Amino acid sequence: MAIKDLPVEECVLPGSAACPGCPATMGLRIVFKALGKNTIMVVPACCTSVIESLYPNTSFDIPVMNIAFEAAAAGASGVEASLRKQGKGDITVLAWAGDGGTYDIGIQALSGAIERGTNFIYICYNNQIYSNTGIQRSGATPYAAWTTTTVGGKTEFRKEMGEIIQAHHIPYAAQACASYPDDLYKKVKKAKSIKGPKYIEILCPCPPGWRFDMEKTVDMGVLAVETGAWALYEYENDVATFNGKSKLILEKKIKRKPVEEWIKLQGRFRHLFKPTRDSKRIKAIEDHTDQMWERYRRCYK
Amino acid sequence: MTIVIDTGNHIAAKAAVMAKPDVVAAYPITPQTTLVEDIAKYVETGEFKGEYICVESEHSAMSACIGASATGVRTFTGTSSHGLLLMHEMLHWAALARLPIVMCNINRVVGPGWNIWSDENDSISQRDTGWIQFYCSSNQEIFDTVIQAFKLAEHEKVVLPVMISYNAFILSHTSMPVEIPEQKIVDDFLGEYKPKWKLDVENPITFGNIIGPSGYYKVRRAMWDAHENAKKLIPQIAKEWEEKSGYHHGDFLELYKCDGADYVLLAMGAIGAESKVAIDEMQKNGIKIGLARVRTFRPSPKEEFIKLGKQADLIVIDRNISVGLGGALFSEVKSALYNKSDAKVYGFIAGLGGKDVTYKDIEAICEKAINGKAKESEWYGVEEA
Repeated sequence: MAIKDLPVEECVLPGSAACPGCPATMGLRIVFKALGKNTIMVVPACCTSVIESLYPNTSFDIPVMNIAFEAAAAGASGVEASLRKQGKGDITVLAWAGDGGTYDIGIQALSGAIERGTNFIYICYNNQIYSNTGIQRSGATPYAAWTTTTVGGKTEFRKEMGEIIQAHHIPYAAQACASYPDDLYKKVKKAKSIKGPKYIEILCPCPPGWRFDMEKTVDMGVLAVETGAWALYEYENDVATFNGKSKLILEKKIKRKPVEEWIKLQGRFRHLFKPTRDSKRIKAIEDHTDQMWERYRRCYK
Repeated sequence: MTIVIDTGNHIAAKAAVMAKPDVVAAYPITPQTTLVEDIAKYVETGEFKGEYICVESEHSAMSACIGASATGVRTFTGTSSHGLLLMHEMLHWAALARLPIVMCNINRVVGPGWNIWSDENDSISQRDTGWIQFYCSSNQEIFDTVIQAFKLAEHEKVVLPVMISYNAFILSHTSMPVEIPEQKIVDDFLGEYKPKWKLDVENPITFGNIIGPSGYYKVRRAMWDAHENAKKLIPQIAKEWEEKSGYHHGDFLELYKCDGADYVLLAMGAIGAESKVAIDEMQKNGIKIGLARVRTFRPSPKEEFIKLGKQADLIVIDRNISVGLGGALFSEVKSALYNKSDAKVYGFIAGLGGKDVTYKDIEAICEKAINGKAKESEWYGVEEA
């Protein structure tokens, strides 16, 4: 589907409080286009609590309930149960949370909601940091990245949240990226058509958090996929299907670009290149990425 | 009307189900367990027709109740001790979001060490969350209070969550006779819940987004006003329930033999019930003492405390402790009386950790105060503990 064929309906209203070049807002536009107005959104503490604007205004043309940081999936469980009781099961319940609220503080509630078979779509917009709170490290932050709490670069590799979700044998999960709106649209549409819990993660390159110019958001997402730092796939009935460039990388039809090409454009990795090139840590990143793809190839055909 | 003999937890579950909540979300922290187990049984028998969510923590239980209540339906949960403490953040959230969730809390000791007996430190620690708080002293009172709680919580001049606390084991696991009214009486009394606002796809509004200082200040003031309104409504709702069901539980204080008393004993929960025996014994011995059992803790019955202070010296027993200050009820009674009464107020800590407090203990406490041998605030019975 071409971008020009996406619905013209907009639920992100003009005048939102998002940063220029914000990938989360780009993602939200597409998600709302796919879900339509018959949707209730639950938002924990995250950038979107700011993007949605200050009371008494709102940036969104759908009903939104804000909830505490760790509580998105549990709050959405309550909304979903209530709608079911009221015979309004046709309304889509969307939990929209950042990576901190998903990988870290919200993982218990999320795991519980999936295990209970809650009929909802949980979307993690992953910018690999606690960005709203001031660029602190999360479980999604990649190895060696600078954050305000990993001043010399993170010493651990990120969690594989997608694999944690798959261990729940969820009816539908997907990884997407804000740079590929048509792909994201298709995945959200598909999630909407399936009953039970659905999980979608959107990689969201964050200009102020990753330290790059705001007009480079889309490029930064494309490079994340082309270097294999991020994979696009769908996971349905215990089978993962890679798509786009990720499929070609998985099938070894193309070689992934070195991750170095992606990280050298981001200020958060500057210490790996200046004053001298940190070959050891750059190699660790490349090796870890290769291992990740070898694991993908073993597990997913 | 039927009379059943059953435990506090089973009676609370019965009352909750008869109030017909649309959503119950609960987690099995003991000894609330038998309450939620009962609701699960009512799901199987078809007596409970709502949605029952078995969440993975108490934090999620309250979060799910918040989500459900925000969509405009009647919502109930139960908890105890550490479960209530884990909910703390969401208790604030529910109250500030003005969601009329009703919850039973079984008063139980906070660890460490692990102790499953009764004291009130769990719910007293939630004092400032904005929830309305009731304390019960019998299983009949649990039933009546749960039903009335929905009416109060959902009243358009209140719209606040309500917590009903009762003692672990002493009430939660002790069978007592309870009169259960016909379902129709409960239905007529409660009516249908009609929320003033809700999450609605026809009217998309964002709830709980960023709010500046002056807006937030107004939100807090509105909560204050709602508590003031609750003060007017609590006796009205109790009267209405009495007219419909024949039972009256709804005063801020249950006054027992206070006419002409020179001393009034104040206590909450089961100690309040046990105190009646002590009052009878002391009156037999010619001591002019009455009892004011405090059943509404929030909103605080300040005016009622002042009335008592104008009549008598006050003796307060707390099964809770604000370490470094004293018993919560004692502090609040003294604060209410300041500049309003010259009454002496004596505070006693008793029964922490579920240590038994018998009517003889209560007599000993009162006599110590009456004989002028008590300090302003002291611990009873800790030496031989």
